[in-house]
Amino acid sequence: MPDFQRPKSLCDIPTHYCPGCTHGIVHRLVAEIIDELGIENNTVGVCPVGCSVMAYDYFACDMMEASHGRAPAVATGVKRALPDKVVFTYQGDGDLAAIGTAETVHAATRGENITIIFINNTTYGMTGGQMAPTTLPGQVTQTTPYGRNTDTEGFPVRVSEMLATLSGVALAERVAVYDPKSVANAKKAIRKGFDFQLKKQGFSIIEVLSTCPTNWGMTPVAALDRVKNELAAYYPLGVFKEGAVRNFNA
Amino acid sequence: MSERVLMKGNEALAEAAISAGCKCFFGYPITPQTEISAYLSKRLPKVGGVFLQAESEIAAINMVYGCAGTGTRCMTSSSSPGISLKSEGLSYIAGADLPCVVINVQRGGPGLGGIQPSQADYWQATRALGHGDFHVIVLAPSTVQEMADLVTRAFDLADEYRMPVMLLADGLLGQMMEPVVFKKREENGKSFDKSWAANGHGGKRKHNIINSLYLEATELEEKIHERFKRYDEIKAKHTMAESYMTDDADVIIAAYGSTARLARTAAEKARSLGIKAGVFRPITLYPFPVNELREATKTAKRVLVCEMSMGQMVDDVRLALECKIPVDFFGRTGGIIPKPEEILEKLKGV
Amino acid sequence: MPKMTVDFSRCKGCGLCIPQCPKKIVELDTTKLNNAGFNTAVCVDDDKCIACALCAVMCPECAITVKKEGKE
Repeated sequence: MPDFQRPKSLCDIPTHYCPGCTHGIVHRLVAEIIDELGIENNTVGVCPVGCSVMAYDYFACDMMEASHGRAPAVATGVKRALPDKVVFTYQGDGDLAAIGTAETVHAATRGENITIIFINNTTYGMTGGQMAPTTLPGQVTQTTPYGRNTDTEGFPVRVSEMLATLSGVALAERVAVYDPKSVANAKKAIRKGFDFQLKKQGFSIIEVLSTCPTNWGMTPVAALDRVKNELAAYYPLGVFKEGAVRNFNA
Repeated sequence: MSERVLMKGNEALAEAAISAGCKCFFGYPITPQTEISAYLSKRLPKVGGVFLQAESEIAAINMVYGCAGTGTRCMTSSSSPGISLKSEGLSYIAGADLPCVVINVQRGGPGLGGIQPSQADYWQATRALGHGDFHVIVLAPSTVQEMADLVTRAFDLADEYRMPVMLLADGLLGQMMEPVVFKKREENGKSFDKSWAANGHGGKRKHNIINSLYLEATELEEKIHERFKRYDEIKAKHTMAESYMTDDADVIIAAYGSTARLARTAAEKARSLGIKAGVFRPITLYPFPVNELREATKTAKRVLVCEMSMGQMVDDVRLALECKIPVDFFGRTGGIIPKPEEILEKLKGV
Repeated sequence: MPKMTVDFSRCKGCGLCIPQCPKKIVELDTTKLNNAGFNTAVCVDDDKCIACALCAVMCPECAITVKKEGKE
């Protein structure tokens, strides 16, 4: 294991995230990959509305802040204007799988050559822990005080599986960040996503099962256990689609 | 192109947008702006540009946000119901100080309304194009030639003041054919500062952030004050209007867009009957040409505002004239185009 | 000598680093608070640190730096 220090592409400022929130881990992975690929100078990131709304302050590349759910559309605008730049979005589950479902599905089906980092922590963190499209059956949230009842609130969305059915998708993979090994896997998956984009081979989405200790009412360590035992049981980790959609520069 | 060609208003606008350096167009199908998209889908890819049909108006305006954020000239077009959907994105674009051009080829509303020409989105365009304290520049063409000329102007104003500019046309202008001359754009046109763009910093500067979020109220107020200073400058420098037979007029018809064409015919008919009528036509709807209106109504005893709506611009005319001259209104709505004879009848009664 | 150091001002005391340590030498220092009001993580026995960086891998704040033997 080499020396460990903050990647250059992660700005040297404190984050606003709650203690133990795994957003920070995923931010670091993205920044490490940007460093390793040497693309900081040519990358534009797009932030969502949600807890990571201020991620534009944390990444050292150029950044844009999108309105709620529209990050894939904003990223499309960037990428179409500048096809040789690297464009990624960083979105939560409410942003990507509720209000921004249309933008997500259509960016995917167009094979838009962008990479989406999708943080699934089964709740709306920023607004205080309401039911998300990914909230598990029975899960208590601020707006499902008796637990999510699938008869009335419906079922959680398995985004990676859904997008894997679309021809424009080069990579749909679900990973988690509950221990060092899963973090290493998550990094490999995100790297793959950027690699597909650099080769102009299609849309990539990496879904990361993450924590929200604050709104789950758990210690950060217990929250990691919940990801491993409960979230990964409903949202199986793995690759759901992988392969170039097109081969412009291959 | 520099010869006279016969073209539909929508197509002339689209061709002029390309000449003005529009590199990307994002849109969603809706009548009666259809020809703009159709034309650009044919032409833009041929000149190295991008045409993209989005999944919704909401996506289209957010693609414009992303594209404009890279400092690239871009545009979207729609008609009334679609513009409502773009409101959110327009507010964010204004809040992030991004330049772009938005076309509204108005049709009747509210709701799905109809597909006939209308001017019922004046309030929306000049007052309520989205949440928050902001304005966009609103230009109102009245001929096919102006559809072309004003879209060029729109791109320059957008870049100069880093804000959205809307062309408020209507179905009549979009669909009608007239001769149009495409003026050759000066090669050494004004260049605009794009150092704020998020297009990859190349290691040469700190990272740029395109953003409309300011959690500190004082910071947000400061931002808005700065923006309103720009609006003041635009008010001082860029209001546009046309006055026709107003020098000695007793009665002025105030109308914009295609209604102004009918107003001219009505005024000419009135003159032949011995009524000293003139026409005042605002070209910038925001900012409203207040001084130009006061100048044009110097001799007027009455003003008749004529619109394809129940009366929206009439508010701005009354505000500009400060009740010094009586202001009447005549309008048809729901997609009905007023006849010059109707306007004349109303004029006689005034 | 291998060494993990925690940025005292950045650490939010979440404790995610603690269970990762194979040598069980990372603890929360409950004797003091940083400016943000958190007890922060510390390495209680530098000699035992093997610089595996598993603590740092799980740190959401990127507050842990790990240096290997012989390096500055």
